[in-house]
Amino acid sequence: MSEVEILEGRQTEARADAPAVSTETRQAGPGPMADPQPKGTPIAISARDVSAWYGPKLAVSGISMEIAANAVTALIGPSGCGKSTYIRCFNRMHEFAPNARVGGQIFLEGDNIYAPKVDPARVRQRIGMVFQKPNPFPTMSIAENVAAGLRFQGIRSRSEIADRVESALKQAALWDEVKDDLKKPGMALSGGQQQRLCIARTIAVEPEVVLMDEPCSALDPVATLKVEDLMRELAERYTIVIVTHNMQQAARVSDYTAFLLMGDDGAGHLVEYGATQDLFTHPQDKRTEDYITGRFG
Amino acid sequence: MSAAMTGQSMLARTEGLYRRRKLVNRLMMAAMALAVLIAIVPLFLILFYLLKEGLPGLTWSFLTQDPTRPGLDGGGVRSAIVGSGIMVGLALLMGVPVAIGTGVFLSEYGQNRIGSVLRFLIEVMAGVPSITVGLFIYALIVARQHHFSGFAGACALAILLIPIVARITEEMLLLVPRSLREASYALGAPRWLTVLKIVMPTALPGIITGVMLALSRIAGEAAPLLFTSLGNQFNTTDINTPMDALPRRIYVYATGPYDYWHSQAWAMSLLLVAIILVISLSVRALFGSRVTVRQ
Repeated sequence: MSEVEILEGRQTEARADAPAVSTETRQAGPGPMADPQPKGTPIAISARDVSAWYGPKLAVSGISMEIAANAVTALIGPSGCGKSTYIRCFNRMHEFAPNARVGGQIFLEGDNIYAPKVDPARVRQRIGMVFQKPNPFPTMSIAENVAAGLRFQGIRSRSEIADRVESALKQAALWDEVKDDLKKPGMALSGGQQQRLCIARTIAVEPEVVLMDEPCSALDPVATLKVEDLMRELAERYTIVIVTHNMQQAARVSDYTAFLLMGDDGAGHLVEYGATQDLFTHPQDKRTEDYITGRFG
Repeated sequence: MSAAMTGQSMLARTEGLYRRRKLVNRLMMAAMALAVLIAIVPLFLILFYLLKEGLPGLTWSFLTQDPTRPGLDGGGVRSAIVGSGIMVGLALLMGVPVAIGTGVFLSEYGQNRIGSVLRFLIEVMAGVPSITVGLFIYALIVARQHHFSGFAGACALAILLIPIVARITEEMLLLVPRSLREASYALGAPRWLTVLKIVMPTALPGIITGVMLALSRIAGEAAPLLFTSLGNQFNTTDINTPMDALPRRIYVYATGPYDYWHSQAWAMSLLLVAIILVISLSVRALFGSRVTVRQ
């Protein structure tokens, strides 16, 4: 029985009454594929059998993954393999699409983020997201952009906001470039700077996890390199999940890599998940090997 | 040899086609330039006539004195200027919040069946003749209070304004890129905060343009005021008494028998156009250029 068939057999929606499991450390759970982290690695996100639909169309088919804390996990795969949709389930953004539906369970530090009484806005304060195209708020200055999330949380103290804006901009390696222009509009920055501004805005609210949905695909190579360096630094404080169509990027920045592929049912399946070095040097699956050697995709 | 000849004849054929295409292109261009000319000529004619006929009448006493008794030369139109200002201002105060609220509802919660029904109703409302709105307010307010009033006039103008501003607000909000809403949601902002702090400010220049459009429309309306605010010889700021308005007085003076009425009607028309122009331009200068959404 191939992996695809096994995965297809698990498309049923998980029961909502499943017992909450502590995911502080990795559980040696059963599954078609062992998770790549060594035993005892702290786990930030534990996704169980997650499927996602757009109306009647299945886009992600029962993918389970343990995401290691304070590490960079990359999702790679050709266009249409559901990798973006999958991480949009992690911060409950998927449900904004019309008639979108999510099945399965996702635990953040042991909390089921799809439990009935959970407020999605609270989940998104703990799991931030950086998008494909830099999207600073056009009506706001650089400082206001970074402060936006703090203001949304109701923080009023000017000195606290100023401190956290500075700290976030420093963490995003943007402070030196903008410290004299904090009142200028965020849109006045270059594309790469805008993307780092968006990263600063995301980490200003001090999330536990930062999701990055192809964060460099709209940037030039120099800006890309800066954002990649930044990811490595941020991984010391945050858990980072990055979707990328660029395999070299995944190889450069990530600790763990997952390879997704569209199955015959038109939905994304997890083909292989491993430590980045292993996956790129000794792929276990023929399809992974074909993809990373450039035979398709 | 034969290949060369074919090539030559091909060239000759395409040369003919090419000339024809260039000719058609020039003809179409000329036709459209003519259309543009015809479209904007009236504007310049209007401005020219307004300045020629109206400018001499725009004197200090014209602006600061109330109308004289009919047939008596002199006097001004202060009561109409003040009345128009008060009624249009009041109409904006009453109508704009309702209209913007409607627009926000349509764009944020109206992408469904209820929304389409509401949208249709608002379109119908925008199509109701302004004199009918005046009649409706007459029946609703004037007939019950047994007197005409500036307040009734303002209500009629507000009803005219609401569908215009509501539709433009909705359209402007829908123009705000989805990526900005997503950025806001991703920061943990609930929907209402996203609309209030991100979507509305981004759309603000467009919404203000819509309000300006509505303002120029209602400031020039005479019909809905005929049996609501009625008109007043004397200057008043009391909205419970009949009030004068520039378009209404233009109508009366322009159709009246006296020469000085005619020249004052011209002067009022010029004044009305000038006021609207100045308000629009200054508001646009204040808010319009503040934000440019770069796509």
